[in-house]
Amino acid sequence: MTTVVAQRPKSLSDVVMNYCPGCTHGIIHRLVAEAIDALDARERTIGVASVGCSVFAYNYFECDMQQASHGRAPAVATGIKRVLPDRLVFTYQGDGDLASIGAAEIVHAAARGENITVIFVNNANYGMTGGQMAPTTLLGQKTTTTPLGRDPKTDGFPIRMAEMLATLQGPAYIARVSVHSPQAVKQAGDAIKKAFRLQAEGKGFTLIEVLSTCPTNWGLAPNQALKWLVENLIPFYPLGEFKKEEGGA
Amino acid sequence: MSEPKLMKGNEAIAEAAIQAGCRYFFGYPITPQNELPEYMARRLPEVGGVYLQAESEVSAINMVYGAAGAGGRVMTSSSSPGISLMQEGISYLAGAELPCVLVNIVRGGPGLGGIHAAQSDYFQATKGGGHGDYRLLVLAPGSVQETVDLLQEAFDLADKYRNPVMLLGDAVLGQMMEAVRLPRDLDEPLPPPPPPESKVWATTGAVNRSRNVINSLYIEPERLEKHNWHIQEKYRRMEAEEVRYEAVQVDDAGTVVVAYGTTARIARTAVDEARRQGLKAGLFRPISLYPFPYQALREAAGRARRVLVVEMSCGQMLDDVRLAVGERCPVEFYGRPGGNIPTPQEVLDRIAGKGGEAK
Ligand SMILES: Cc1ncc(C[n+]2csc(CCOP(=O)(O)OP(=O)(O)O)c2C)c(N)n1
Ligand code: SF4
Repeated sequence: MTTVVAQRPKSLSDVVMNYCPGCTHGIIHRLVAEAIDALDARERTIGVASVGCSVFAYNYFECDMQQASHGRAPAVATGIKRVLPDRLVFTYQGDGDLASIGAAEIVHAAARGENITVIFVNNANYGMTGGQMAPTTLLGQKTTTTPLGRDPKTDGFPIRMAEMLATLQGPAYIARVSVHSPQAVKQAGDAIKKAFRLQAEGKGFTLIEVLSTCPTNWGLAPNQALKWLVENLIPFYPLGEFKKEEGGA
Repeated sequence: MSEPKLMKGNEAIAEAAIQAGCRYFFGYPITPQNELPEYMARRLPEVGGVYLQAESEVSAINMVYGAAGAGGRVMTSSSSPGISLMQEGISYLAGAELPCVLVNIVRGGPGLGGIHAAQSDYFQATKGGGHGDYRLLVLAPGSVQETVDLLQEAFDLADKYRNPVMLLGDAVLGQMMEAVRLPRDLDEPLPPPPPPESKVWATTGAVNRSRNVINSLYIEPERLEKHNWHIQEKYRRMEAEEVRYEAVQVDDAGTVVVAYGTTARIARTAVDEARRQGLKAGLFRPISLYPFPYQALREAAGRARRVLVVEMSCGQMLDDVRLAVGERCPVEFYGRPGGNIPTPQEVLDRIAGKGGEAK
């Protein structure tokens, strides 16, 4: 007799993903799909893909999906949730999408305590357009538009979105996780599951920031990219829970 | 039909939309349309609907996108600067083929412009407005009553073509109080709108079907071209089936005045007065601005000595009139840009060949 110890989550489509080798977007997709499956909610979940490397997420999740314009996924998710309040609605957004062009939308969705789950993938640069500076790019970090390294005098300072949004009353749960090791992946999965569960319970806005690699634009091999994440991103973007179930709509 | 009720245009639009089954409204305050969202904020919760004040027009139009994609009967309203801000979202709505109704209570521009009536958003409304090859179905009512009458149609047309429909009004239409008959009295119960699941393409949850996707991205050129030809085919169908206009005394008219919306009412007064004075004038009033009534206007112009276009702009519909009329007769123009409204006397003077150069 064979025992299945691991299999593709039902909420993840059986297709080839377009991500670069070593990119951790794929791992995060799997965790989101597992969280939906854990609630047996594939048939009542609607996802919102944003603009960035994960734009094709509408092909990767085996649930109903909408594709949103750059930065506006929280507004699109709001529209969906207000029509279908008993469905689970999530967005999947990069850091350029969420923290730069979509800064207003995420702040106000959080402030309203909109009962949605936001998966915020922070890879400290604009992956899709070729590695430009993002609002999350670290000081000194070289990108194609900060060729000498990000200089606060001209380029300003990086934004800690999880901490900033946690100052609002609306959110029910905000956490930052990473996917650089099996243990980190397990913790990330637990946080994402918790966020979806809180949404199902009607607790309000939940956001999980996931530190993620971009080996291609960081110019690093996949294993070096994981090491760079641990040594550079985590010290500035500490992992942890920043808001726990107080607010919520 | 309800008893006649004295209502402000903006409020009549809101009530007519709700009676047409609209249950979701997302918007951002801007004069001169504020009474419309304010009415929605009061009335929608009473009928089990949702009113939400968005953080910006950018956000509002994307909430409309989400709600439309989820199968809701949804609308937004704004005025010129706000509609400019919505253009990317409107392009996405057209690209993803989502039905919704957009109301533009036009004010003067460019820039912050003013808050008084204008018709200077004609190009933006009828030629696409945002990026890409797309069109909105654009309806331009000439009175509060006609606005009310067109709303049910606007929502139905949006569903029929899976395309945004724009109602192009102006500050006069929005602010004016007129007696209107609504489809139902205000205290009459409304039938429940069809459930979101009745739109089989909507993202309502993949129960017993494969998943639905709302999307406007076609990364392979062949598929993008195919998609574009598909939406173009809808526009050709609209052009064949959805042309609306009113023609008053154009058959024997030497001068055919062409005007829409509020301006058409002013022109009508001038045309009637011209007739009293023995001048053979007629009025051609496009109601659908896209699709524009080229053919009907061409025929009317074929019998006329001249065509006079009157607009509250520096000449935007004028281009479409010229396309329709061609070389059949001269096309003259009288317009005043936003804020100041042409008077019947000014139009009458132009009909009579007085008043000097067209302003
Ligand atoms: C209005 C608009 N501006 C710019 C772009 C171009 N654009 C596409 S993806 C992207 C950046 C995405 O970066 P991020 O959100 O960090 O996601 P990643 O690709 O890194 O996963 C930009 C600027 C666009 N599609 N739309
Ligand atoms: S560019 Fe970066 S973020 Fe995008 S798929 Fe490649 S590695 Fe991942």
